[in-house]
Amino acid sequence: MQLLLQQVVAGIATGAIYAMMALGVVMIYLAIDHLNFAQGEMATFSTFLAWQMIQWGWPYWAAFVATVAISFVGGIGVERILFRPIRNAPILSQVVAFIALFSILNSSDGEIWNFTIKSFPTPFGTKPLFCIGLVSTHQAGMVAVTVVILALLYLFFRGSRLGLAMRAAAANPESARLVGIRVGWMVALGWGLSTAIGAVAGMLIAPVVFLDPNMMVGVLIYGFAGAILGGMSSPGGAVIGGFMVGVIENLAGTFIPYVGQELKLTVALVVIVAVLMVRPAGIFGRVSVSRV
Amino acid sequence: MRNLTRRSILAAAPAAMAFAALPARAAKKYGSGVTDTEIKVGNTCFYSGPASSYGTIGKSEAAYFKMVNDQGGVNRRKIDFISLDDAYSPPKTVEQTRKLVEEDGVLLDLNPLGTPTNSAIQHYLNSEKVPQLFVATGASKWDNPKKFPWTMGWQPSYRSEGHAYAVHILAHQPNGKVAVLYQNDDFGKDYLNGVKQGLGDKANSMLVAVASYETTDPTVDSQIIDMKSKGADVFVNCAIPKCAAQAIRKAAELGWKPLHILSSIGNSVAVTLKPAGLENSKGIISDFYLKDPTDPQWKNDAAYLQWVAFMDKYYPDGDKTDINNVIGPSYAQTFIQVLKQCGDDLTRASIMRQAASLHNFRVPMLLPGITINTSPTDFAPIKQIQMGRFDGQRWQLFGPLIAGQLPA
Amino acid sequence: MPEPEAIAVEAAAAPAAEASSSAGPATSWRSRRRLAIGAVVILGLLAPLVVQNFTIFQLTMVMIYGLAILGLNLLTGFNGQFSLGHSAFYGIGAYTTAILMSQNIAYYWTLPGAGVVCLVVGVLFGLPALRLQGLYLALATFALAVAMPQLLKSHLLEALTGGVQGIVIDKPDPPPGVPFNADQWLYYFTLAVVLVMFAGAASLVRSRTGRAIMAIRDHPTAAAAMGINTALYKTLTFGVSALYTGVAGALGAIVVQFVAPDSFSFFLSISFLVGLVVGGVGSIPGSLFGGVFVLFVPNIAERVSTGLSGAIYGVILLLVIFIMPTGAAGVLRRAGGWLTDAWRFLETQSKGRRTS
Repeated sequence: MQLLLQQVVAGIATGAIYAMMALGVVMIYLAIDHLNFAQGEMATFSTFLAWQMIQWGWPYWAAFVATVAISFVGGIGVERILFRPIRNAPILSQVVAFIALFSILNSSDGEIWNFTIKSFPTPFGTKPLFCIGLVSTHQAGMVAVTVVILALLYLFFRGSRLGLAMRAAAANPESARLVGIRVGWMVALGWGLSTAIGAVAGMLIAPVVFLDPNMMVGVLIYGFAGAILGGMSSPGGAVIGGFMVGVIENLAGTFIPYVGQELKLTVALVVIVAVLMVRPAGIFGRVSVSRV
Repeated sequence: MRNLTRRSILAAAPAAMAFAALPARAAKKYGSGVTDTEIKVGNTCFYSGPASSYGTIGKSEAAYFKMVNDQGGVNRRKIDFISLDDAYSPPKTVEQTRKLVEEDGVLLDLNPLGTPTNSAIQHYLNSEKVPQLFVATGASKWDNPKKFPWTMGWQPSYRSEGHAYAVHILAHQPNGKVAVLYQNDDFGKDYLNGVKQGLGDKANSMLVAVASYETTDPTVDSQIIDMKSKGADVFVNCAIPKCAAQAIRKAAELGWKPLHILSSIGNSVAVTLKPAGLENSKGIISDFYLKDPTDPQWKNDAAYLQWVAFMDKYYPDGDKTDINNVIGPSYAQTFIQVLKQCGDDLTRASIMRQAASLHNFRVPMLLPGITINTSPTDFAPIKQIQMGRFDGQRWQLFGPLIAGQLPA
Repeated sequence: MPEPEAIAVEAAAAPAAEASSSAGPATSWRSRRRLAIGAVVILGLLAPLVVQNFTIFQLTMVMIYGLAILGLNLLTGFNGQFSLGHSAFYGIGAYTTAILMSQNIAYYWTLPGAGVVCLVVGVLFGLPALRLQGLYLALATFALAVAMPQLLKSHLLEALTGGVQGIVIDKPDPPPGVPFNADQWLYYFTLAVVLVMFAGAASLVRSRTGRAIMAIRDHPTAAAAMGINTALYKTLTFGVSALYTGVAGALGAIVVQFVAPDSFSFFLSISFLVGLVVGGVGSIPGSLFGGVFVLFVPNIAERVSTGLSGAIYGVILLLVIFIMPTGAAGVLRRAGGWLTDAWRFLETQSKGRRTS
């Protein structure tokens, strides 16, 4: 029983990583209606920038704010320079462009900052929380930041004109254009926001998993899984999905005899696919109906 | 030769110089890729893909050959080191290796990297009678001269390391409850099998938790929690630096203080222990055969200083905290010794013959006392390791050199 | 990542063009196309007589990857189902062959075996996939790709798969009396299999069944309304697609002479996807071009820069997408169109001159 509790708590702590990533995944999905395979690598790149600034002697928060700002602008830049020209290309071609971006960033990270792991500072400290070793203050801080970002996004999308315009642009570009929304810039803004969220995610994940060029490859797999389990159209669902993936994985690894750790990722994925059988658009997602 | 005897930053060992000074013994006999001025040497390495962190082995080795060439080469022959990327994908290794052999016409394949990648080309190279020399992997299967006379390993096998851990455990905690964390692939399984073999009959009763991880796993927290809760008091940590560091930190966070044995894959002070926390790493035991360039005890060591000079001049972008940048030049030095012993008899058969007759050869960055020895029936060049304990600053080596290669 | 309708739109361009080519004015284009295919086949037959063994090996691998991409194309390009899991089918095919060959079964008999195993696995996987669309299907197939190396390594299957060590296969010798070396023989063997399977795919696509498969891609609801059993066809397409990729995997195992779990990671699936898009979604000959890209472009990137080979590869890929967003097949079609137009223009010009 104690082990169960420990694994659940540890799963939530790890799930915070996936939840952060899943949030970024949903963000870009809401803006461009599909996934960005290069998202993890973009976040890694941002985190390396922050690391570099800290190496230069910048205070943590200065580096943090600068990185988020650079990432926001950079995300818009990537959209304008790389993806705007091919926005009318078939979607699979765009997916391949994401793969190209992935490859470029991953390889450049390694060449610029090499492959040895780097520790990344945390603003929350690394002491165990409440003196039990299960969760560190940093992991608790991550959960808190995830919830705060989620709340901000909620307010932004429900409450602000800009947020509403963005949602309209993504959901129905034609009509949005007719009512005077500059759809192109809304898409760019979505890129900027998701890249900025990715940067925050990267800087919070790096203290846990250590910074290296391949830091996000595994995390992104779980982030996708979390986002899809929760429902791509629901930021809150994605966050809960991320936490669930963390917990499911730990429980599968610990309590399923015989296959256990060796197949825990497989088991977690099977569980997710099974859930999708019952809820084909994720737990909190809405099924979109297509018309003839 | 004259160039080599000049005072140089080259870290050539005295033994190597003695051999080099011998006159050429036989008439010139050249195999594929050899001329009076050049020797073509092939290699495959991971410069892209998921394991590209190891690519620096090939880069540092290429840099080392560049230095040797600048100093006049070996017996006035420059070494043309053709290193191709296989991205850790066995089918690509086959393609690149065939290119090296059939298109570039290399004399041999020198330390190709990785276990599955080497397995994929072993049959091909042996049937073509091309040396697959000093493979860059610690699997134990490369020491099999009867079946694969053209394949030779280099480093101590993972399995013999695992065996040494078990011996240490039996000596210090004979009734310990042992937990093993290993990577779910060939190298991890080799460590695990070595530990099991070393524990012998007691393996079943002593191993209370055996957990693997995948390189895509973001953390190994779950495994560590599980091990602690099963009451393990010995922890064998056979993980790559990232996961090893996570495990060390998590164990400290949980207040779990087992007898902690760390494999040589992840025992670098700067790369693993610093990120994990030097305080958290106190008391960890590990095994060594090379000098860790980040361990302060070597900071005035002549071999270390020569290595730093080499890195500064020929591989300035290289990371001087990365043990892989020590391994690359060490391969090159071993190979240069083989070339020197070959003299002008530079055929493939001669390469294997001389590679199988290395006696008490020292590569400068090997730990004091460790030597390279081979024979026609012994294709495992480095067999000795030494245990060390981390005191919070550096590894304190203790005990005798542990010798002996295990049967495959 | 695409919703099914989205794939439908983009992929529709291909067969539409193929269909229009058969109609009326461009019959000469069609015969020229036949001529082109004939020329490629003859080149393919002659190539191994003039190039090195190593190049023969590369060309063999190109055909194998092309076949694997064709498998993915049948599913994604023609049926509109998205898959990131084809590395798993490729791996299952490869392992089936390796296991059968280690039981001393002749290599050519292992191909049908690998095909059948993959067909069954594909159909079984296609059943739950019926409930999933777009991104969700992508995740499910991606899960399969991620899980496959883990399953192959698992101690449950170790006796069969050799676990992390993989299985080494002996290179088959050419039959006695055949004047080829082993590489040439394997090349011709692969060529024969690939030709048969490409022809099979072409006739499948042109058949009644093929039209049903494409109708489901273009308008699933309308197709169902017209009485097409969408569930049946989708599942079957999944199976046939897996069969194609599985046979490619089997050939790959024979040619590479080695299988190991790490050969079949999800990166291989991504390579197939890249090959599919670069070659042309919904184009059968384009798949072969995809194979060329997958095999050769990393080598080119590596030649430009060792350290940055991944970045160079990415840049090349981006350029390709920018220059030909619908893949090589799209460019060829357009080039073909220009040529036909130019030809017709010249014809009318010369006719005009003659009549005047």
